[in-house]
Amino acid sequence: MELDPVLISRIQFAFVVSFHAIFPVFTIGLASFIAFLETLAFRTGNPIYTRLSKFWIKVFAVVFGMGVVSGIVMSFQFGTNWSNFAQATANFMGPVLSYEVVTAFFLEAAFLGILLFGRNKVPAGVYLFASFMVAIGTFISSFWILSANSWMHTPAGTEMENGMHQVVSWSAAIFNDSFWYRFAHMGLASFLTGSFVVAAVSAWFLLKGREVEANRRALSMCLWLLLIIAPAQLWVGDLHGLNTLEHQPTKVAAMEGNWETSGNVPLLLFAWPDQEAQTNHFEVGIPGLASLILKHDVEGEVPGISAVPRDEQPPVAIVFWSFRVMVGLGMLMIAFAVAGLLLRPGGRYWQKRWFLKGLVPMGVAPFIAVLAGWFVTEIGRVPWLVYGQMTQAEGVTPSLSGGVALFSLIGYMLVYAVVFTAGVYYLTRLFEAGLEADDAEQAHDDAERPKRPFSAAHVPLESTGGQA
Amino acid sequence: MEPFDLTLIWAGIIAFGVIMYVLMDGFDLGVGILFPLAPDEESRDLMMNSVAPVWDGNETWLVLGGAGLLAAFPMVYTIMLPALYIGVFLMLAGLIFRGIAFEFRFKANRSRYLWNIAFAGGSTVAAFAQGVVVGKYIEGIQVADGVFVGGPLDFLTPFTVLTGLGLVAGYALLGSTWTIMKTEGTTQAWAYRITPWLLGAVLAVFLLISIWTPSIDPAAYERWFSTIHVIWVLPALALFCAWKIWRSVRQGREGVPFVATMGMFVFTYLGLLVSKWPYVVPPDITLYDAASAWESQLFLLLGLLFVLPFVLIYTAWTYWVFRGKVRAGDGYH
Repeated sequence: MELDPVLISRIQFAFVVSFHAIFPVFTIGLASFIAFLETLAFRTGNPIYTRLSKFWIKVFAVVFGMGVVSGIVMSFQFGTNWSNFAQATANFMGPVLSYEVVTAFFLEAAFLGILLFGRNKVPAGVYLFASFMVAIGTFISSFWILSANSWMHTPAGTEMENGMHQVVSWSAAIFNDSFWYRFAHMGLASFLTGSFVVAAVSAWFLLKGREVEANRRALSMCLWLLLIIAPAQLWVGDLHGLNTLEHQPTKVAAMEGNWETSGNVPLLLFAWPDQEAQTNHFEVGIPGLASLILKHDVEGEVPGISAVPRDEQPPVAIVFWSFRVMVGLGMLMIAFAVAGLLLRPGGRYWQKRWFLKGLVPMGVAPFIAVLAGWFVTEIGRVPWLVYGQMTQAEGVTPSLSGGVALFSLIGYMLVYAVVFTAGVYYLTRLFEAGLEADDAEQAHDDAERPKRPFSAAHVPLESTGGQA
Repeated sequence: MEPFDLTLIWAGIIAFGVIMYVLMDGFDLGVGILFPLAPDEESRDLMMNSVAPVWDGNETWLVLGGAGLLAAFPMVYTIMLPALYIGVFLMLAGLIFRGIAFEFRFKANRSRYLWNIAFAGGSTVAAFAQGVVVGKYIEGIQVADGVFVGGPLDFLTPFTVLTGLGLVAGYALLGSTWTIMKTEGTTQAWAYRITPWLLGAVLAVFLLISIWTPSIDPAAYERWFSTIHVIWVLPALALFCAWKIWRSVRQGREGVPFVATMGMFVFTYLGLLVSKWPYVVPPDITLYDAASAWESQLFLLLGLLFVLPFVLIYTAWTYWVFRGKVRAGDGYH
């Protein structure tokens, strides 16, 4: 069998970017939460906020570390596997990605060092400032990277000249037609992720009756925030979908599982899309609802997948189902946010065990939803790399053979399997140690000062097994 | 249309970014390379903590190198990376393992030795791969119509293996002189002991490379031995720095060995650039061939001139915050 370097490079990119994306999507939200806690601690002087912040900074350190190392990989993928694409788009991509490095990465890295190791080395106000710089850095970073990504979906502001895109309008290229929708959608997704993880961990602590006062406050903050952003995400997602309908109708057709362009299109709750036969099996839908959502008219015409030739169609089943996973989880998130409000009176939100037990697994939901959402948007534009202008096959590195690509793909999978397993293992240990670990550290500090090992989260989390 | 030569300015910026990376990540990779040789576990704790607050920022210069090349000299990016495909993968895998070791090692007890291996192995592999890149740059790359046309294992030759080992030794030297500066007691004494040996290894490799290079790259030979004689000041200064390292270690100075090592790197690096100028993908592609559009270079330059001073200021500030010796029991929270 001939190994196809295009297919393997696609799988590799999907793998490394998915693996990378789960970390920043969490740390963007978490960085803001930490900055918020530090602000509260600074203004009220209440040690409970410092305790919470210290705990979440340890979590942040682990997750951010994994995000950094997997992010370095990303900055070389364009060159190793997609060199033709990199060459053609360098005039836009190069500056945008470089701006991300100089305006965001350095900011995050420098102030993260202060955040992790500098609490006792700088004045409280400076420390607070550092927490804000980290949070702001994560946002600036997402601004640039989403601009680059959006440009690949809705290219603008450039003209082809000698096989390279030349930028004629920087503002048109950076703030391209899908940028603000994607930025808002992803920003909210980050806050949803941060909120649900903090809520889930707080709920888990509350179920165990540990550090009730601090974790109750953390949970309360998350639930208030979720009440606003979970429904807001539905609204922004809808706007993003309408924008996609305008620029990438085939993607929306795949999301809806709609093969033929027509009016009165049902919203499919279930279907088995069959690419071969260009139709669905086992359809269950609500008549006219897709037309109503997309065109605000039951008779509105919705584009069909068959409108483009087969070799320009994305794989419909993956897009169709990923979309349903994302929306389904989004609805579940709204349900939890509303339930949190209804349980407010009498503080039942932190006492009802069924609610807390439900919240714990919800800590994973946003990650799945985010990945599903990215699957929709990225697989939904297949076969295009730069939409309507360059296909994936045209963008791949010409010297790359399938075998070499497979070698690196398997290599990354093995490396990331180790990283991920270790990361999850140490995160669970961190959660088990909880906020109380801080007290243990203090005691340990006083008793055995010179021997104490240190990092951002420096209490050894495994049993010591006889060694000091 | 092009009132001034942006390509030249960008060559300067990229060259600056590369040497910043080499010096800064060099010492923290070097600390990793020396990990297995450290006298005890407490020394390893100290060494790791001396770089823990800054390694992330140091590695960011590598990302800037990648993105900056794509922005200013895309052809370098799109030829070098495919040509070094497997080497790049190994470097990244090395950087990943050593990067996560920072966080995980301190959370582990029974499995701590595994993270020691990850930190040391990852650092060594990454350094070696970067040295291979330097070697491949000296050797030249097979290009036709602006794309790489060689094979996946072209990057691995006896010469690139030598340059790989050379950079491992060089980073280790940066690491040992950094350790002298940042520690005291047994750790520092150990660093003093190994530094002359590392210096000897570095000089031996450099000597071999210097003898070998003319047969690989006749143009470099031409440059050094026929035309410009003022450039001989660079290797002379590099050797002066080497002498300074040796002497300051004997005198028990704490900061000078590290500064002199950085100096040795800088002058060697300038010597390498002089050998190759104006080729960025030897043997044929010059920086003007590889440059991106003037508008793109300008757009990024304007922002960079504004932002980079701030980057340098707050980076310097973090080093200042964490200045002085690392000690067991420093209040890191």
